[in-house]
Amino acid sequence: MAVTHTDSRLPSAEEILEPSPAAKLRRRMLGHVGITLGGGVFLVIVAMALLAPWIAPHDPYLQDLAHRLIPPIWHEKGTWEHVLGTDQFGRDYLSRIIYGARISLLIGIAAMLISGIIGTAMGVVAGYFGGRIDMAITFVITTRLAMPVILIALAVVALIGSSLQIVILVLGFLIWDRFAVVMRSATQQVRNLDYVAAAQAAGCSTLRIILTEIMPNVVNSLIVVATVEVAHAVILEAALSFLGLGVQPPLPSWGLMISEGKGLMFFLPWVIAIPGTALFLLILSVNMLGDGMRDVTAPENRN
Amino acid sequence: MLAYAIKRFGVSILVAITVSIVTFTLLRLSGDPAVAMAGEGATAADVEYIRKHYGFDRSLLVQYSDWAAKALRGDFGESYYMKVKVSEVLFERLPVTMTLGALALTFAVLLSIPLGVLAAIRPNSLIDRFALTLAVVGQALPSFFFALILILFLGVKWRLLPISGSESWLNFIMPAIALGYYATPAFMRLTRAGMLDVLASDYIRTARAKGLRPLTVLFKHALRNAIIPVVSLAAVQLGFMLGGSIVIETIFSLNGVGRLAWQSIQRSDFEMMQAIVLVVACLYIVLTYIADLLNAYLDPRIRVG
Repeated sequence: MAVTHTDSRLPSAEEILEPSPAAKLRRRMLGHVGITLGGGVFLVIVAMALLAPWIAPHDPYLQDLAHRLIPPIWHEKGTWEHVLGTDQFGRDYLSRIIYGARISLLIGIAAMLISGIIGTAMGVVAGYFGGRIDMAITFVITTRLAMPVILIALAVVALIGSSLQIVILVLGFLIWDRFAVVMRSATQQVRNLDYVAAAQAAGCSTLRIILTEIMPNVVNSLIVVATVEVAHAVILEAALSFLGLGVQPPLPSWGLMISEGKGLMFFLPWVIAIPGTALFLLILSVNMLGDGMRDVTAPENRN
Repeated sequence: MLAYAIKRFGVSILVAITVSIVTFTLLRLSGDPAVAMAGEGATAADVEYIRKHYGFDRSLLVQYSDWAAKALRGDFGESYYMKVKVSEVLFERLPVTMTLGALALTFAVLLSIPLGVLAAIRPNSLIDRFALTLAVVGQALPSFFFALILILFLGVKWRLLPISGSESWLNFIMPAIALGYYATPAFMRLTRAGMLDVLASDYIRTARAKGLRPLTVLFKHALRNAIIPVVSLAAVQLGFMLGGSIVIETIFSLNGVGRLAWQSIQRSDFEMMQAIVLVVACLYIVLTYIADLLNAYLDPRIRVG
């Protein structure tokens, strides 16, 4: 169909053919191996967590002492009834792995959100205002960095008593340091740009400038840190549960499953290999996603 | 330089004091120490006795200043469980953890710096990809799981190394690898990025144009500058490793501060827990202080700016 242009203000052919920045970003993301692969695996784990009640073949808590420690399907004695075998109480391993995804994701994401809110608020305020406020916040960050995370998390959880909520809160209140450090420097970089000065000159309130001028321009760094912290929280939860001070039995936390299988690992290595692999894949996929986001959003850092 | 050193020293002291206040308060508020110490099945009178005996009935401020005044003189009180001086046990166990940390750091540096340099010399080559894969995999493997894999293969299947205890230096190899590999990705990335930056700079081009030997340019001119940020990362990582040693020492039954911390947490040994957290934090503060000074010495722009 022929279209005739009479109005010279209409965009030129090149401009029409040129994809929008958002479309370019989308294309770069889809072309990035790390994002497609990591994102794919991550989506599978998220789907596992969301659909657990419908896709788990058995009740993850149902003990069946007559069928203890059935090996997974790739072993000679494996059965299709229990594809990944059963644990020392006869609970179906596959179902426990599927439900375990809920725990890891819940703790990873919730702890990231809490620490993200604390760290971002501190970092943006320090970076935007500078001066004495920056000095004070930098001091708080330095102090937090000097506190050994695992040690304090273990001690606090041991004293308060461990539960899912406690683990989330303790981790959330401990791991905000990276958010604060990165957000502070990202804010410092945009603070002196013209559009911020323009907003200030237009009489916008500080809160509005931070929310509408600063935040959209530091959001890329924010997403990258968020992925790193999800992975960090997942690892910490697994370590706490492994030491017996995280999520409590009978919940199917992957770290706890490794801990429970530890005594059997010399004879039945798959008992720890299966939850370990699940943990590895989740952390790997989140990290690949984060690395990929950093690559595509900051092309100058690609090397 | 001196002014910078003094200023940073003052900040370090302030950080140490703040950490001690925060952790003291945190541990006291997390639970009733008297109840925790008395254990299950204790009568109200037992709890009351412990509370009076250890002074937990006093205000937090009084308790803290009392504890801090003693801690300054190196007296961390008596272990509730072991009935010995906390400082004695602590300084007996500290060398084990320090050795573990030093070995882990050595392992991480020896593995990651050559790989980082090679990756930077030939970006996107096979070795670069190998290094990247190693980094990505390394970051995704929780250290306790990696430790179990090491035990399974090096310890049980091939019977190369002892799997627990701290009698000989052989006992330290697996824990050092398990603790150190987690830091390798960060070192490798930093070395690679630093080298790429430096290799593209004008003075390297000049050095090459002068006809210097490629290896001289690489090591004397490039690596020396690229390594500066790695130095401070090393200090920070060593600090993290001391904290993270709790998991690794527990798995390998290595009798260091980490295992002691784990045992103290299980025994509700308050005085011990407090002392360990403070000592680990102070070690971290000292390490970062040294790193800052070293950085300022290596890079004059830091101490002036």
